[in-house]
Amino acid sequence: MKTILPVLTVILALLAVWYAGAFQLNKQWALDMAARQDRVMTTPELIADTWAQDKPKLPAPHQVAVELWETVAEKKITSRRSLVYHAWVTLSATLAGFGLGALLGITLAVGIVYSRVMDLSVMPWVIASQTIPILAIAPMIIVVLNAIGISGLLPKAMISMYLSFFPVVVGMVKGLRAPSAMELDQMRTWNASGVQEFLRLRLPASMPYLFASLKIAMAASLVGAIVGELPTGAVAGLGARLLAGSYYGQTIQIWSALFMAAAVAAAAVGIIGIIQRVTLARMGLDR
Amino acid sequence: MIRSALVLTEAVLGILLTLVAVVALGGKGALVTILVFGVWITGTLVNLRLARSGRAVGLAPVVLGATLLLMWEIAVRGYGVSGVILPPPSAVAARIAQSLPILWEDFVQTVIKGALSGYVIGCGAALVTAVIVDRFDFLRRGLLPVGNFVAALPVIGIAPILVMWFGFDWHSKAAVVVVMVFFPMLVNAVEGLRASEPMQRDLMHTYGAGYWTALVKLRLPAAMPFIFNGLKIASTLALIGAIVAEFFGSPIRGMGFRISTSVGLLALDLVWAEIVVAALAGSAFYGAIALIEKRTTFWHPSQRGR
Repeated sequence: MKTILPVLTVILALLAVWYAGAFQLNKQWALDMAARQDRVMTTPELIADTWAQDKPKLPAPHQVAVELWETVAEKKITSRRSLVYHAWVTLSATLAGFGLGALLGITLAVGIVYSRVMDLSVMPWVIASQTIPILAIAPMIIVVLNAIGISGLLPKAMISMYLSFFPVVVGMVKGLRAPSAMELDQMRTWNASGVQEFLRLRLPASMPYLFASLKIAMAASLVGAIVGELPTGAVAGLGARLLAGSYYGQTIQIWSALFMAAAVAAAAVGIIGIIQRVTLARMGLDR
Repeated sequence: MIRSALVLTEAVLGILLTLVAVVALGGKGALVTILVFGVWITGTLVNLRLARSGRAVGLAPVVLGATLLLMWEIAVRGYGVSGVILPPPSAVAARIAQSLPILWEDFVQTVIKGALSGYVIGCGAALVTAVIVDRFDFLRRGLLPVGNFVAALPVIGIAPILVMWFGFDWHSKAAVVVVMVFFPMLVNAVEGLRASEPMQRDLMHTYGAGYWTALVKLRLPAAMPFIFNGLKIASTLALIGAIVAEFFGSPIRGMGFRISTSVGLLALDLVWAEIVVAALAGSAFYGAIALIEKRTTFWHPSQRGR
């Protein structure tokens, strides 16, 4: 594999920078502590201390790894202290929002492709809708929906849906319009009905575009779910872990939640990638 | 056929919901429902007429927007929805006119100081990095997968950490924006720097052009469509990053701060006013970049023939 060596090098370099950064950022606190106790630290002592503080400004990678191991593997997954539990809370909202968003996106795209009025009137608003920073008003949506009695999974899923439908619409419209005029004419010479044209030509042609946008939609959906968890008073979920960590200065907890989010994102996008490869291979579109 | 299908769907939906309203809310609710759907169907009919006469390109979205606003206004007033849950558009407009100084102060704090400075620093750094990465193939093969991975991550999660490091003022917001825009920009710029064809590079070589000449005269111009793609993606990310970062701590001004405190005070009209400002700022930001793109990359197929 030609890419493994360079990627490993980059990752190692990042780790080195991280350790150096942890030393630099945590140094001051360690020195202050030492000065207060009237004791002089040797350099190795100082380094060891900066990498093993309780509430460091920047935790060292191994501290995060230990915290991850403790909260993922050593707690029961139903426990509220288990990161797997929180990840599941976030993931369920993400998947619900992603499903709704993909459905809405595909429906809108079909409408836009087949109706000129919708193309002209809806499309600009779909684009305009994304200039509203929904992430910024997510807290309000959550609070308002809570006020009228909707709470739990659904408000978060709504925000995820809002974020994830856009890439699907854009990709699907492009995909459904991908067949050339000649291919459409060919369908007409075969006397294909509108439904047949859609099922046998437009839909298959749109698959590569659909999968590309589904990946983006999944990543966006996860971000939506995490931000949606911020204002609910830090109840459960990765976003709540982030907020609780930042309230109490638990930097190690913040970083472990971040890495868990990264793992969830990578896994979810990776699964779509696998489905994409299998589907496209069966359709003979694999390249 | 599709045309009548649209109106038919709206009419059926309207009749169904009116029946529900009769049962649930009585006569007045039903009347409001009929009014709302009447507006919707009228709007659709106007758009259909416009589409047939061929003048719809600029007008249709305006008609749809006006229709939606009118439906919103009638529904909120008619059903007596509390302003604490959803204020009518007219109240939001009145609020905007009233509190222009506050909105301007928040705009300067969040958009100009936080988002824009972070955007410039982040995109600039990403461009420089892209040129370096492009020079060394080893780095490219190593950084690109990592960059692609990071670009898909919920980067917004580092906001609390950066607020801890850089303090509450706009510097931490700019830092969040820098991190958010860096990787999407880097990935696009690196992709773009490889977009020139071998034949074109060979031509530069035969002209005796050195690395820098080839970079400035061939590869950077060829990368422009990709760079602008990155700049556009980054423009929306920048605004979001700056606003969300304010939830984790902020001085007593800024759009994110105002939104989160106004929700607490149930002053939802102010929240919606901030949303309008954010949407306008976001559209203007995006539009400005699209305009520059049109001027700079007029030669690209996607900019021609329209």
